[in-house]
Amino acid sequence: MMRPQCIKLLAALAILLLVATVAMLNWPTEPVLGSVREGDPSAVVQGTPVAALVVERGAYLARLGNCVGCHTAQGGAPYAGGRAVKTPFGMVYTSNLTSDPLMGIGAWSATEFWQALHNGRSKDGRLLYPAFPYTSYTWVTREDSDAIFAYLRSVPPVAQANQPHALRFPYDSQVALAAWRALFFRPQRWEDDVRRSVEWNRGAYLVRSLGHCAACHTPRNALGGSRERRTLGGGMIPGQDWYAPALNDPSQAGVQEWPEEEIVALLRTGSAPRGAVSGPMAEVVARSTQYLDEEDARAIAVYLRELPAHAPSVSSESVAPAQAMLQRGQAVYDRHCAQCHGGVGQGVAGAFPPLAGNRAVLLETPVNLIRVVLAGGFLPATVGNPRPHGMPPFLHVLSDEDVADVLTFVRNAWGNRAPAVGTIDVYRAREGRSP
Amino acid sequence: MVIYRYRWPGRGLAVSLARLLCIAAGAACGLVAAQDMVTVDAGMASRVLACTACHGAEGRSTPLGYYPRIAGKPAGYLYNQLLSFRDGRRSYPQMAYLLEHLTDAYLEEMATYFAELEVPYPSPPLLEVPALTLERGRRLVQHGDAARGIPACVQCHGSAMTGVVPSVPGLLGLPRDYLNSQLGAWQTGQRRAMAPDCMARVARHLTPEDVSAVTGWLAVQPVPKGGEPARQFPGLLPWACGGIKGVQVQEGRP
Repeated sequence: MMRPQCIKLLAALAILLLVATVAMLNWPTEPVLGSVREGDPSAVVQGTPVAALVVERGAYLARLGNCVGCHTAQGGAPYAGGRAVKTPFGMVYTSNLTSDPLMGIGAWSATEFWQALHNGRSKDGRLLYPAFPYTSYTWVTREDSDAIFAYLRSVPPVAQANQPHALRFPYDSQVALAAWRALFFRPQRWEDDVRRSVEWNRGAYLVRSLGHCAACHTPRNALGGSRERRTLGGGMIPGQDWYAPALNDPSQAGVQEWPEEEIVALLRTGSAPRGAVSGPMAEVVARSTQYLDEEDARAIAVYLRELPAHAPSVSSESVAPAQAMLQRGQAVYDRHCAQCHGGVGQGVAGAFPPLAGNRAVLLETPVNLIRVVLAGGFLPATVGNPRPHGMPPFLHVLSDEDVADVLTFVRNAWGNRAPAVGTIDVYRAREGRSP
Repeated sequence: MVIYRYRWPGRGLAVSLARLLCIAAGAACGLVAAQDMVTVDAGMASRVLACTACHGAEGRSTPLGYYPRIAGKPAGYLYNQLLSFRDGRRSYPQMAYLLEHLTDAYLEEMATYFAELEVPYPSPPLLEVPALTLERGRRLVQHGDAARGIPACVQCHGSAMTGVVPSVPGLLGLPRDYLNSQLGAWQTGQRRAMAPDCMARVARHLTPEDVSAVTGWLAVQPVPKGGEPARQFPGLLPWACGGIKGVQVQEGRP
């Protein structure tokens, strides 16, 4: 008898083969140019005040795209690449974006750079892996792409060779990539929605293009394609085992009911009265959104507030946790958590988050909570919040049972109601296995 | 109720404001009873609670016997270690994760905070170390082994082995397991410092027996004078060290 996983894998392979055949037949001999302008638009003369302004604009836009986040290894030179990005299909190593002519993109043209962003193709025509979020960057305008390129040309060259990806068969082949693209990718061109305000359009553009919010907040199917009908509907981040909560659901991370300035504060400082960022979003704030100017931050807030809210997914009626588990959990809470989060989960404004009524505590999946308890974490240090508070790691203090008990207690105390956390969930998180 | 050592003068006002905010927000904390209240100071103590879970209250090491004490270590040393964890020269995933999104300025403030804490050292643990091992350890610490090119520990870590400000740590009052694992990490490259990495060079001269002898001797020494780091090195440094700036060295850069 075949295991269901094997059947799924075989089915996926069969589909891949089929699509690959179709893709080969329709293989475009010329890159899809879409809206490419003719000639090299980096015709702005270097060294002029205009050029300096373009570089400055590009630096800002590169931050909004958080290019540096992935294209910098731990402790490495900025933009020199080499960071390993874990995907369900293997490791992808980010590339060198510095101006080095051999190892970086110093010999690229603005058009070639735009082809990468817009169409997911490298200078030599090779298809790029969508760990590079060109499914979002494809919406970036040519003008913004050129500005980012002008800025990257100004990044000092670093002669660091790119490391080959370590992907499993069949994902390591260009044919598989072509098939994936045939299924999940079309180059796009940004058009404002004339029925909406300028501000809303600016927010929509930033969220969908450079912000690449969908890369994490839109769920993916088994082949890593975005499930477009559930855009920003929340999903597990592939390879990272964090859950990116839904932005279209006010019971998760939706901000439909937040005042605009609180959304701006969350994006620019990492902390707001009704919530703070952790895990991968802490990186996004630290490296990217804290640099949003007031106007752009406000535009994103406008767009996010107006995202159509979906009714919270009805969770299966959960069985009330066993009383003994709650009691054990409370004992752990009183000993290790109450000191900061308070006797009744009330927290301290500006320092320690409340746990009573906290959306992050009540998410149906407990994966983020378990990670926070095991690994701890500081809020990102930002210009607006330069000395953040932090939570200690408990992985060597609490057993799997302790963590399951205390989280089950926290999820069911002070008016909270959420499914119990199992010891097996904690074990999986500790072992780095996907939930 | 938690009370920290340092109280911010405006604390009472802040608590009242916080309560007002809570009530205004309609949060559950409007109903918090006095015994459930938590207050925080404006200084560093509440900000470094993430550190003290392992390194002990006020930066003392815990009785668990592995995590090193950080209270009273030289600020420059602590700062360099924080940078090294964050940037990958020291390999300890939990520390790297905690520090990933903290700025140099904030890490320096944390380092200074712990460096300025004066917390008494407990008496050394009762470990059974054979007399011959202890003697071999003492000789290596105080005199090194010129024949094998091993400098004495005291040349850099201070004549009392309590460190030298601002960048060299004292090695007394640390768990032996921690000392063993650090010397092992220096040998294998798991722990590195800024180049030239003098400590890696020293560690690679040591045999397993040397390591055991040195850590055995260090771990059972009482800590003199509250462990205060020395103001200066006893003489010229034997080798150049990337983490120690502006001092004279016996030999040129290796």
